[in-house]
Amino acid sequence: MGTKNTKRYKDRHERKEMIFRGILYLSSVGILLLLIGFFVSLPLDAFESIRKFGIGFAFTRIWDPVAGNFGALVFIVGTLVTSCIALVLSIPFSISIALFLGEYFREGIVSTFLKSAVELLAGIPSIIYGFWGIFVLVPIVIDLEMKLMVINDRILPYGVGILTASVVLTVMIIPYSASIAREVITLVPTDLKEAAYSLGATRFEVIRRVVLPAARSGIIAGIVLSLGRALGETMAITMLIGNANRLPDKLLSLANIFVPINTMASVIANEFAEATDSLHRSSLIYVGLLLFLITMVINITGRYIIKKTSVSIDE
Amino acid sequence: MKASSTGYRIIKDKLFISGVVLFSFLSIVPLLLILFYIIKNGIAVINWDFLTQLPRPMGEEGGGIINAIVGTLMLIVIACLVSVPVGVTAGIYLNEYRTGKIAESVRMAVEVIMGIPSIIIGIIAYTWIVIPLGSFSALSGGVALAIMMLPVIIKSTEETLKLVPNTLREASLALGVPYSTTIIKVIIPAGLSGIITGILLGVARVAGETAPLLFTAFGNPFMNYNILEPVNSLPLLIFVYATSPYQEWHSLAWGASLVLVVFVLLMNFITKLVTRR
Amino acid sequence: MKRIFLMVCLASLVVLLAGTGCVGENKLLGAGATFPQPLYSKMFDAYYNQFKIKINYQGIGSGAGIEQLTKKTVDFGATDSFMTDEDLKNAAAEIIHVPIALGAVSVTYNLPTNPQIRLSRDILASIFLGTISQWDDEAIAALNADIDLPALPITIVHRSDGSGTTAIFTEYLSKISPEWATTVGRGKEVSWPAGLGAKGNPGVAGQIKQIPGSIGYVELIYALENEMPIAEIQNKKGNYVMPSLESTKLSADVPVPDDTRVLLADTDSEQGYPITGLTWVIVYREQSYDGRSQDKAKSLVDLLWWMTHEGQDYCEPLKYAPIPESVVDKAAKIIKSMTYEGVPIMQ
Repeated sequence: MGTKNTKRYKDRHERKEMIFRGILYLSSVGILLLLIGFFVSLPLDAFESIRKFGIGFAFTRIWDPVAGNFGALVFIVGTLVTSCIALVLSIPFSISIALFLGEYFREGIVSTFLKSAVELLAGIPSIIYGFWGIFVLVPIVIDLEMKLMVINDRILPYGVGILTASVVLTVMIIPYSASIAREVITLVPTDLKEAAYSLGATRFEVIRRVVLPAARSGIIAGIVLSLGRALGETMAITMLIGNANRLPDKLLSLANIFVPINTMASVIANEFAEATDSLHRSSLIYVGLLLFLITMVINITGRYIIKKTSVSIDE
Repeated sequence: MKASSTGYRIIKDKLFISGVVLFSFLSIVPLLLILFYIIKNGIAVINWDFLTQLPRPMGEEGGGIINAIVGTLMLIVIACLVSVPVGVTAGIYLNEYRTGKIAESVRMAVEVIMGIPSIIIGIIAYTWIVIPLGSFSALSGGVALAIMMLPVIIKSTEETLKLVPNTLREASLALGVPYSTTIIKVIIPAGLSGIITGILLGVARVAGETAPLLFTAFGNPFMNYNILEPVNSLPLLIFVYATSPYQEWHSLAWGASLVLVVFVLLMNFITKLVTRR
Repeated sequence: MKRIFLMVCLASLVVLLAGTGCVGENKLLGAGATFPQPLYSKMFDAYYNQFKIKINYQGIGSGAGIEQLTKKTVDFGATDSFMTDEDLKNAAAEIIHVPIALGAVSVTYNLPTNPQIRLSRDILASIFLGTISQWDDEAIAALNADIDLPALPITIVHRSDGSGTTAIFTEYLSKISPEWATTVGRGKEVSWPAGLGAKGNPGVAGQIKQIPGSIGYVELIYALENEMPIAEIQNKKGNYVMPSLESTKLSADVPVPDDTRVLLADTDSEQGYPITGLTWVIVYREQSYDGRSQDKAKSLVDLLWWMTHEGQDYCEPLKYAPIPESVVDKAAKIIKSMTYEGVPIMQ
């Protein structure tokens, strides 16, 4: 009887374990299914546009809802240009913050304050960044443009445009790259640094020759991941990009930094509500699909780099 | 080697640290400016009525945003009910099966979902839930937000559990405690603060979202507790009031922005308290 | 800790489910145009106080309003550009348009000291085509001889989001300029030859206020509320007219077809403002679809009747122009044509 009870207990017990593992498995597979769902749903909704314009959609610069001609080139260029400028602008700031918190002042009231402030920066809703940009940044840019108008007659006092949007985007992505960079910088082995100090290196030299090289790929990964974030940013950019669905005439000119353009996420947010025409609607979803793919490629690249980093730190 | 004279090197060192401090504090200037604007414009309209009454139409004194506050809370509760169980269990799975093929692809999927623009998530939730159910609803809005929260929860759960010492698990298993009980009674409590942090971060991420709610939660001028009917939310209300022609509504939008920002800050603050423990 | 967490979960679940049971018939759902949203929210609040019927209206855009009505997720849609014959043919059942109010699109600008300027048909079209690009252009100076125009470049600000406002404005430009009609055309969004786009009326208004030398178009309410300068526009009869509630109302004083689907732009009216349009509520003529109750159909018809009659009193305080008598009569006929299982709902 004792063995029977034990067996029953064991059966029940095993069933419980099975169920438990099953639940874990199911939720993980659920995540995969969710992603697959996106992959099925988006192309279906964009089908009409994909069939009509094919892959050339991504290389056509016309976006004319009246004539029913659509191409996403302007938005792709706008998205990549603003994101890349923001990325470059954010690097000195995010690395400074990372060094400040991860190397110079790991503890103390000031660093706690800075750390919370940077986290708050990540928590401010996008639409509020947009408001701030309009009230604070735009007048400054207009002033700048009025002064530059004399030098280059292609500069008009728009206030909004690539520069304004990029600056706000910079502020928005700093917390992301900073927090990843801080983590890798903290992980740089102390014995490495101590070896350098014992050779008489200054702190700056240690950072430049030891810390940054050791943390390099992690920092790059953080930057790439924040690029993924910048690409999809919508509300703030919509308010500051100038929403002009055309490319400037002379592409390679510095005056273009002030030109209004449009981004992929922003054109969807702008036009989706009023798009009654089914081709227009599916073209917008096609833009969304492209954005989804671009973000995915960038995120995978970031992951790949992080994976390589974690190996190099273990060594 | 003239350049490496000690004096010069020390100056360079000092310059560098000044640069680091300068850039670090420059980057929080925007935060202070933003908070300043919101508080300056928002504080004037906030009073007890503003927090407890329904909105009034244009041209009438008073009125509040209670429907949006309740709606936002409702959306967040729904989003948590959907995303927390799935997210935490998936996070446990990733921690338990670190190198498996499924785990690797789930990790990838999490990154990709993290990067999907919020408006696309709104469109998807509209296609998957609003159309089949035939109406806009708090449920569909909550699910859209849940999709946005999932990656945050999964990632933080996995990261936290990774830090739980293996000895704890081994000790428990060695005592003959079954696997599931070990996880539920030993591993999860050990990483609880990290998991809660992840949930709160997720909430902070979605609390300010407008785009995914336009075609899902929809908005509602009345009080509603039914999850199958539309509800209002703070970002939606800010969006409508800020785009209206009337000055009075603009100040209401600032007031609502202040409430929203305070809510997000509170979330961050609670996160801090939890992680400190 | 865990028990508390579980309790919280259970409690919230119970609260959420508790609300699910009570779906009342005294509720109506509408969505669409953002332009009349302040007016509708005022009207529906008054209606609730009087008849205790809750109407939830959300401004998600005219296009989305039409889309939601065809997908049957709302009881009524609202739009400020009417559905085309093709749209109507593609719909599952017959959709009718009920006119509610009139809107005017004003041309507003930002110049030093903001003088009152007037713009002829040619000049307006040339500016938006980009062929006149300076404020001190001879044509503008000749028409506004008493004003000292600055040597500023003209910056055009247009809507970036699809909008009924843009539809009305480009409709007018297409009527006054053959070149505009062929190169750009009319629509809720067009491919603009020049300028920058801003989201929504407030976006455009805000942009114009900030950029010296800018010009753009916004709904009249926004220009009035923001105290922006408004240009006098030349109408078909050659008169220069300021947009106002009166001149807007006059613009609709022309023969309107029975289904009220009419473009008012470039009105024949003598003193009418030429850039105006109607805003409509759209519903299915036959109300017994998707198992809807007769009560619901009845309350929808009552609401539409009220909006086009007593409700019109709420227009002017909010600076919307009410529809003229002749159009009210047409609207009444349209509402009376609504049926439930083939039987007219309103006798």
